[in-house]
Amino acid sequence: MVAISNSMGSSVYIAGVGVISAIGNNVAENLAAFEKERAGIGEITHMNTRHKGELPVAEVKLDNEELASLAGMSAETSRTKLLSVVAAREALRDSGVENIPGLRTGFVSANTVGGMDKSEDFFVEFLKDNSKGKLRRIFDHECGSVTEVVAGQLGIKDHISTISTACSSSANAVFYGARLIKNDILDVVVAGGADALTKFTLNGFNTLMILDKNFCKPFDDNRQGLNLGEGAGYVVLVSDKVAAQLNKPMYCTLSGYNNSNDAYHQTASSPEGTGSFMAMQGALNKAGLRASDIDYVNLHGTGTPNNDSAEGTAVKRLFGDSYPAMSSTKSFTGHTLGASGGIEAVYAVLAIKHGLIYPNLRFETPMQDLDIVPQIHLSKDKKIQNVLSNSFGFGGNCTSLIFSAC
Amino acid sequence: MSIYIRAAASVSAQNTLGKTGFLTEPVTYNETRLPAIEPDYKKYIDPKLIRRMSHVIKMGVAAAQECLNNGGVEMPGAIVTGTAFGCLEDTYTFLGRIIEMEEEMLPPTAFIQSTHNTVGAQVALMLKCHAYNNTFVHKGVSFENALLDGMLLLKEGDADNVLVGGIDEMTDASFTVLTRLGLYKRQPITNLELYKSASAGTIGGEGASFVLLTDKTSSENMAQLKALKTVFKPAEPISEIIAAFLAKEGLSAADIDVVITGENGDTRNDTVYDFLPALFGNSTIANYKHLCGEYPTSSAFGLWFAANVVAEGNVPAVAIQKSPATNKKPEKVLFYNHYQNVYHSLILLSAC
Repeated sequence: MVAISNSMGSSVYIAGVGVISAIGNNVAENLAAFEKERAGIGEITHMNTRHKGELPVAEVKLDNEELASLAGMSAETSRTKLLSVVAAREALRDSGVENIPGLRTGFVSANTVGGMDKSEDFFVEFLKDNSKGKLRRIFDHECGSVTEVVAGQLGIKDHISTISTACSSSANAVFYGARLIKNDILDVVVAGGADALTKFTLNGFNTLMILDKNFCKPFDDNRQGLNLGEGAGYVVLVSDKVAAQLNKPMYCTLSGYNNSNDAYHQTASSPEGTGSFMAMQGALNKAGLRASDIDYVNLHGTGTPNNDSAEGTAVKRLFGDSYPAMSSTKSFTGHTLGASGGIEAVYAVLAIKHGLIYPNLRFETPMQDLDIVPQIHLSKDKKIQNVLSNSFGFGGNCTSLIFSAC
Repeated sequence: MSIYIRAAASVSAQNTLGKTGFLTEPVTYNETRLPAIEPDYKKYIDPKLIRRMSHVIKMGVAAAQECLNNGGVEMPGAIVTGTAFGCLEDTYTFLGRIIEMEEEMLPPTAFIQSTHNTVGAQVALMLKCHAYNNTFVHKGVSFENALLDGMLLLKEGDADNVLVGGIDEMTDASFTVLTRLGLYKRQPITNLELYKSASAGTIGGEGASFVLLTDKTSSENMAQLKALKTVFKPAEPISEIIAAFLAKEGLSAADIDVVITGENGDTRNDTVYDFLPALFGNSTIANYKHLCGEYPTSSAFGLWFAANVVAEGNVPAVAIQKSPATNKKPEKVLFYNHYQNVYHSLILLSAC
């Protein structure tokens, strides 16, 4: 239930995290992969596509049967739902909020293509004869259907919403979740997103000629494009009141956020990264921080020539030559589209908790004109106060989040 | 703080775009699918761009631009859209080509325009609007979620002139699939007779409707947007939820001049509204889905309708289900809609 009221809460805390990606099925496995600097990218094994053996992707290392068993759901359902349930449940359990009765809890989840993996099967039959095709395969075509089913699995019903702004989707879900708490509409929000690999997105990005046939090299001068990935990532956001009730330390706060539009082109970023700059600057303003307060930037860093050059230009404009440590964890997970903002929010939170700066794998040569050298190897035991996380998408949608140590 | 609807605009199965009367000449259809009436898009969109835009994008961009025009605002402070289905036509085109061409030699345009945020993005691109831009895609409350976001943006003081829209298109494929799923009536029906047929199924629709929200008072404002509430699978009787919703605004059922319902002619759907005439004995009760058809963001059309009821000071005859003996100018309007009895929403408007 939702109703607008008048009191504005102060801080929003992160009480729990959950993630599943190509580098692990839970938080611990993801951290272990960072430790070993082991990317999750490889050959296509789960999808039946012509591009098998030709385009590398970052698959979650479980087939639908295994994933369904982990999720406690049917393997016939969309893979996106299974991924979503696994990560959201981990986050919810990690938070401990289930032990507090009477909280107003919401689920704000993002995805870009709903249950497209099943729609693809449906349309093979439907195209031949529109009275054919198993209807249950089309039930989850809508993005919101994925969220609704997962909310049911989590037992959440006070507020359920789905956001879809292409590759910035789940960063906007985290952002919106925090605002629902600040506006005293909810006490707790499980926020993030999920996307499974589909033929639709793989072929879509392939037609744009922005998929690297090798492992992607974000922010490298010789980058050739991105690798698609899949997964889900969620944070549990809580009000200060709930944080005080939970008998454990909070991970950090979500201190800043901004959503700006590049308004340049449906798919390409402006050369100067106008939207990216506005999002980062806006998030700093919201948090009341200066650029020099940021200890680590988790870049959008897809590995496409266009994104990295635009984002790099905006980063350089914001930070100048004394830029903080930065890296693209997409060099591990691939670009997980609607899940990426959620997965990277989890990584930002873990960076603060464990003092980590993740490596930007396979980096060799700085981009000409920009001279940005990202983090090459995992750095540990560093005091990290503020992390900036970038998520930019089609339609010029640019969102930046800032997580700050408590 | 007060929130006002500064302007509204709609592309629908009725003649709603531009300076037409307020549903004075309703358009009749005799089928189970109401297509939106295509306006002269050249008035709103650069002709070079029109050719590449799909139906849903054109409807959305035209309604958004008309809404800004109506409000006398060139640059909105935020753009928030709701769409349950997104860009169905482009999605289907691209999916079809993947299957037919076996993943080879695919043109990218349909994929590029298939993302759910395309309408919001195209509006931003057309206006060169760098402000907040978000898209909600949650089934029967996609528009309500967008509206809530818009209201919060005003409340937080982070934006003014927030453009909020609900957009969904019906394609041949989606109509076929949704018919197979049992949503629509099995026989053609005259839309203006929709509520006279006691049968299962409704009529499908599509459209794009926008409102422009502001916290600034003006004699030009159409209505005050007093409150919004959404409920997922209500645990209590909806009559109690409505009473509590009104009580929070210091009102009771007797204060409401007009109740707009989401009745769609499907007997399974409409029984949910059966309690309304008893609870709102002194109110005019009005319906709108026989005019625009049923679709997950039809509530955006419903809000366009509600705002016009307040602004024009009358309920169009074609929409009236029941009206009381004493007919006063509508000042307080309650809009109650549900989508498949899963998502329920309440919106309260009042005269400025």
